[in-house]
Amino acid sequence: MVEAKDIKSSDEIAWCPGCGNFGILNAVKKSVAKLGRDLKDILFVSGIGQAAKLPHYIRCNCFNGLHGRALPVAVAAKIANRKLTVVITTGDGDCYGEGGNHFIHNIRRNLDITLIVHDNQIYGLTKGQASPTTDPGYQTKFQPEGVIEEPLYPLEMAIALGAGFVARGYAGDYEHLSWLILEGIKHKGFALIDVLQPCVSFNKKNTFEWYSKSIYKVNDDGSYNPEDKMLAFQKSCEWGDRIPIGIIYQVEKKTFEEKTGLEGRIPLVDEQIENIDICGLLREDFT
Amino acid sequence: MNMNNELTIKIAGEAGQGMQTVGGALCHVFKDSGFYIFANQDYMSRIRGGNNFFQIRISNKQLYTLRQKSDIVVALDNKSVDMHRKDISKEGIVILDKKRFNITGEDSAFFDIPMYHMAKEIGGDEKFVNSVACGFLAEMTGVDFRYVDKVLRTAFSDKKKDIIEKNIEAARAGYDFSINNFKKDIFKIKKGDAKDTLLMTAIDAVGLGAIKAGCKFYSAYPMTPATNLTNIMAHYAKRFNMVVEQAEDEIAAVNMVIGASFTGVRSMTGTSGGGFALMAEGLSLAGMTETPIVIYEGQRPGPATGFPTRTEQGDLDFLISAGHGEFARLIFSPGSIEEAFYLTVKAFNMAEKYQIPVIIMSDQHLADSYRNVEIFDPDSIKVQRYIVSKEESKNVKNYKRYQITESGISPRAIPSWIEDPIYADSDEHTEEGHITEDAWIRTMMVEKRFYKKMAGLSGEIEKPKVFDVEGADCVLIGFGSTYGVLSEMKDSIPDKNIGYIHLPQVWPFPASDMIELLKGAKKIIVVENNAGAQLARLLKRETGIKATRSLLKFDGRPFNVDLLIQQIGQEI
Repeated sequence: MVEAKDIKSSDEIAWCPGCGNFGILNAVKKSVAKLGRDLKDILFVSGIGQAAKLPHYIRCNCFNGLHGRALPVAVAAKIANRKLTVVITTGDGDCYGEGGNHFIHNIRRNLDITLIVHDNQIYGLTKGQASPTTDPGYQTKFQPEGVIEEPLYPLEMAIALGAGFVARGYAGDYEHLSWLILEGIKHKGFALIDVLQPCVSFNKKNTFEWYSKSIYKVNDDGSYNPEDKMLAFQKSCEWGDRIPIGIIYQVEKKTFEEKTGLEGRIPLVDEQIENIDICGLLREDFT
Repeated sequence: MNMNNELTIKIAGEAGQGMQTVGGALCHVFKDSGFYIFANQDYMSRIRGGNNFFQIRISNKQLYTLRQKSDIVVALDNKSVDMHRKDISKEGIVILDKKRFNITGEDSAFFDIPMYHMAKEIGGDEKFVNSVACGFLAEMTGVDFRYVDKVLRTAFSDKKKDIIEKNIEAARAGYDFSINNFKKDIFKIKKGDAKDTLLMTAIDAVGLGAIKAGCKFYSAYPMTPATNLTNIMAHYAKRFNMVVEQAEDEIAAVNMVIGASFTGVRSMTGTSGGGFALMAEGLSLAGMTETPIVIYEGQRPGPATGFPTRTEQGDLDFLISAGHGEFARLIFSPGSIEEAFYLTVKAFNMAEKYQIPVIIMSDQHLADSYRNVEIFDPDSIKVQRYIVSKEESKNVKNYKRYQITESGISPRAIPSWIEDPIYADSDEHTEEGHITEDAWIRTMMVEKRFYKKMAGLSGEIEKPKVFDVEGADCVLIGFGSTYGVLSEMKDSIPDKNIGYIHLPQVWPFPASDMIELLKGAKKIIVVENNAGAQLARLLKRETGIKATRSLLKFDGRPFNVDLLIQQIGQEI
């Protein structure tokens, strides 16, 4: 049995002290331990940014690629070896900004992967520019008059696009977050977990203190129905005074693996390729 | 009787009139009756209207290129008569429907057939005109009707029985019309022995090569002229257990290929210059993470959207230097359908051996031209794997993805096959794959990815193909699709002392071979389909040898043998 402490890698952590990422890392370790899989059968894929460094800090396979491009790498890795548990760790800029197109289309593709977005509403690694989720009016060096664009609402967007598992977590509630991540991994299909993550260096508005006043669990009293799409839209719009966390929307949908027949076959990676017989093809017409 | 025992037939009309259907069917009719063919289509970037044509050259010997003039033009619309009348050979004819096109003038080259009237009378619809044309072309060239019958039955096999029969009836009427009215034998040329050959395009061959090489994942965004590669991969996906996925853009396509390959599966994407421009970032990622990938790049004229359906060799400079940073890559430039097949298999082997991106550079002309090829020999092809096998994986301890070795190649383990985790990174990394900013490690890693791998690649270059270069007064040099036209041109002017060199690999450039081959050359002419003399400049950069002259064509159309003979004739 793997324990959370076994999951730590030898790589030195390069985040700021007090960063919300530590909460997410601990939650990830706990959910991986609870998952009960061999670490060699788990792959973490990331793009660029502080969130993208997370895979280096755990003892699972890691592909740390390009800014915004984690999703295409991850989905194809899953196609190549459907037995891998594939988890993506990305930031709001990485996933919703540079990688927006991949976010949209991989929800449509619906492979059985889990996307964890460390959403600190700011570009941390490049030192403080606005991200697609930055609150309007927030001033930065790039936006000295304050952000004028409408923010992008990841949960609404994911529900509208047909994602089967849409959740919001909070880096300050590690127990709840690790449960969410585990549920996301267990969900068969694309799972989005947008994690509210205070950036102690550059986001002076959405701080731990700010969140502590408004965050509540969506299913506190056990009456919330995550299959109700309209209710889910309503909940995903709540922001500011009341911010719900938890599984906002969850329905079962056919996955890419089921639709392509991959699920019933041996993983592509295990196929013998040395002696593929194409003689039959050489008797056919091509034009 | 034709002096050279060959004919060029052109079928011209508007897009949407079915030139490709009748052209494709005729290719099979001619092949089945023994002719060697070379055929391609000239099409505009539109779905209906404009002017497109399909041209087929037939002979009793192997053909590799096009002629400038046509012997028979079939005009399916009024506009085509004017457009193509000027391009016919001395004894050439234009087949047309004068009444339908409202043409009253006389012209000794005109051969009037009421083909639209016949189509409507027999089939009840003008669209059967293609089958009428197919019938009379077969008779004029001395092909037995049974070949037409067989090919039409295959071509329309997915249609209702009634439709198939009407097409055959229409073809028969065209055939009989020719017997009764076209009482000449000038186009009845000698047949060859091509019955058992395969009719295909280079892009079909790339697809077959990829399947043979064990490609299990193909992802692309549609772009002419690479779309047909997607079509062939998708067509065979089920049969060979491949996953073929349409990516949301080229950036996704190349990153998906990298993801699948990292996980252990042989993977490929295909695009043209514009799509490749988007992939440049991913190419660099493959270089940095040392992930084997294969990219097919079918060139078309740029910049930007350029001529979407036409041909050029303008991306050589770009492919050699695409992607930021310095890393090893390999670029093949197959010149024939056969080379396209064998080099595609090799591309997968080499990509895996060196853990690098390999590009198969082709162009629209080679990609879309049909020709007969001898059936490939599957026994001569070796699919070689360069990974830590599942068996060996059990014994791997303390795995380092980027272990420094003398060859620059680290053992490549597959995630989940070994016990240790594998770390791959786009940042500069340690041997373990973790991010580093260490100057010494950086130097070692650059040497590994660039110097050492390039040195290895340079030791196993796909050699230039050389023809009669020793003692030649003039040496011609080309890469990619010009191979066909260069070889036919040389045969056509046997009295001149000409040799030629075709380069199936342009990167790493075969510098030492070229220095050796060209040391006595009096005159060097580089022939290429671009405006910048890119191959000539590459030759100079890599060997110091300056070409005497460059013959360049950049009108979006391929070279043809007649034009080249004329141009070379002026040079020597």
